[in-house]
Amino acid sequence: MMSSTVLYDHPGPRARVRNAVLSVVFGVGLVALLWWVYRKFDEAGQWEGRLWRPFTEPDTWTQFIIPGLRQTLLAAATGMALSLAFGIVFAVGRLSDRWWIRVPSGVVVEFFRAVPLLLMIFFIFYGVPFLIQGPVSAFWAVVVGLTLYNGSVLAEAFRAGIRSIPRGQSEAAYAVGMRKSQVMQLILVPQAARAMLPVIVSQLVVLLKDTALGYIVAFPELLQRGVNDLSANYGNVVAAAIVVAAIYIVINSLITMLAGWLDRRTQRRGFRATKKTTAGPAPVLEQAVTEPQG
Amino acid sequence: MHVFADQTNLDAYVSGFLWILKLTGASAFFALVLGVLLAAFRVSPVPVLRGVGAAWVNIFRNTPLTLIVLFCYFGLFSTLGLSFSDELDLNNYWLGVVGLSVYTAAFVCEAVRSGINTVPAGQAEAARAIGLTFFQTLRIVILPQAGRAVVAPLGSVLIALCKNATIVGTIGLIEASSVMKDLINSNGDAVIPIFLVFAGTFAALLIPTGYFFGWLANRMAVKR
Repeated sequence: MMSSTVLYDHPGPRARVRNAVLSVVFGVGLVALLWWVYRKFDEAGQWEGRLWRPFTEPDTWTQFIIPGLRQTLLAAATGMALSLAFGIVFAVGRLSDRWWIRVPSGVVVEFFRAVPLLLMIFFIFYGVPFLIQGPVSAFWAVVVGLTLYNGSVLAEAFRAGIRSIPRGQSEAAYAVGMRKSQVMQLILVPQAARAMLPVIVSQLVVLLKDTALGYIVAFPELLQRGVNDLSANYGNVVAAAIVVAAIYIVINSLITMLAGWLDRRTQRRGFRATKKTTAGPAPVLEQAVTEPQG
Repeated sequence: MHVFADQTNLDAYVSGFLWILKLTGASAFFALVLGVLLAAFRVSPVPVLRGVGAAWVNIFRNTPLTLIVLFCYFGLFSTLGLSFSDELDLNNYWLGVVGLSVYTAAFVCEAVRSGINTVPAGQAEAARAIGLTFFQTLRIVILPQAGRAVVAPLGSVLIALCKNATIVGTIGLIEASSVMKDLINSNGDAVIPIFLVFAGTFAALLIPTGYFFGWLANRMAVKR
């Protein structure tokens, strides 16, 4: 707890007693609150065995939750691969020396970052069929929407990462006779990608959560199969929502732990040589990561 | 542009965005209050409060907002009988505000906490050394610096909240994205103009907001 050292000293005997008393007081309050929530659910009959029994039966898992989870992970994996490519292309585009590459790239990135993902998905799912005179699958509506939004966020993260690499690096590369494209490919992008690894992984959490928007266009992902279809069969929407939420929380916590592990690893290896300059690029990075879409 | 020459369509467009703004406004207020409270929990010396703060953040940050909003409708309203208003729109609106607020509060909490963490520990140590009490340290030394550091992250939380407000359409509130969907379905010949108007309105609202917060954060930043 870094923050605890900022705000108060190590507790002495009196402070320890006071903290213990406050812990007990708030602990009792918390238990009372949880009891009240439990009673409210109980009054509505939500703890009845028949609502929860489906989750002990293998059919529930093999027919609803696992197929839904598979679609969710498939959409997330496809979206991640495509948005990484999109992000790299547009980050490099925004850093181009030619204005006719730089300006359109900037417009695209700013636009897709500002448009709600749901609007994109609706446009692709309901609008594009009118344009191409054929249907668009819910899967691709979700994946393309995810790619455009998360790709733009990643493009900004990459750009910040590339700009955080000390200028001496590219100057040295130019000095030994590399062309701009070589400097980008051999010097800047590999280092930026490595420094950006935790950001990329955190964006995966955002992307995975955003696949739940597929629910709205009837894409059979975890939310659709697990909450909608499952509770249609068993009438246990509250129980289903709690179980599905727990699955999302476990998966995303694992990914977040992975991001933290990667962060510590790159730090230990000294890849954060630019740590001193965090006042510059780092806030931009954080801004890119903390955007809690969907 | 013939779509928007029609008065009913224009009204739908306006009311869709009004719902978005109302959702954003009310949720921003509740999320800010709740988020600051949770951040205070997370940095407090009381372990129980730290646990509550951490649990809140981990639960709501890792759950899709769509699921939270759906739960507000099917769980809180349909099953548990929590109702805000007899009017359907208004009831869905407040259920949406509840969902958006509890979700966004987790992000506000993390932003505020990271702001407190940007203040070097030496500052508080110095404050204690000259004999300031805990609340004096907080009021005179820590919070003014932390407040300046959270402008940028709170700005992006607000922008994301505005975009996330479209998800309340899932539970039947006719906000901007639902209006766009309906207009597209009934005007297949004007798909691109419809999308550009709706997406453009969001862009026109949010891109300047982003630059404003960037400018403000830069202006307020404590240069170290």
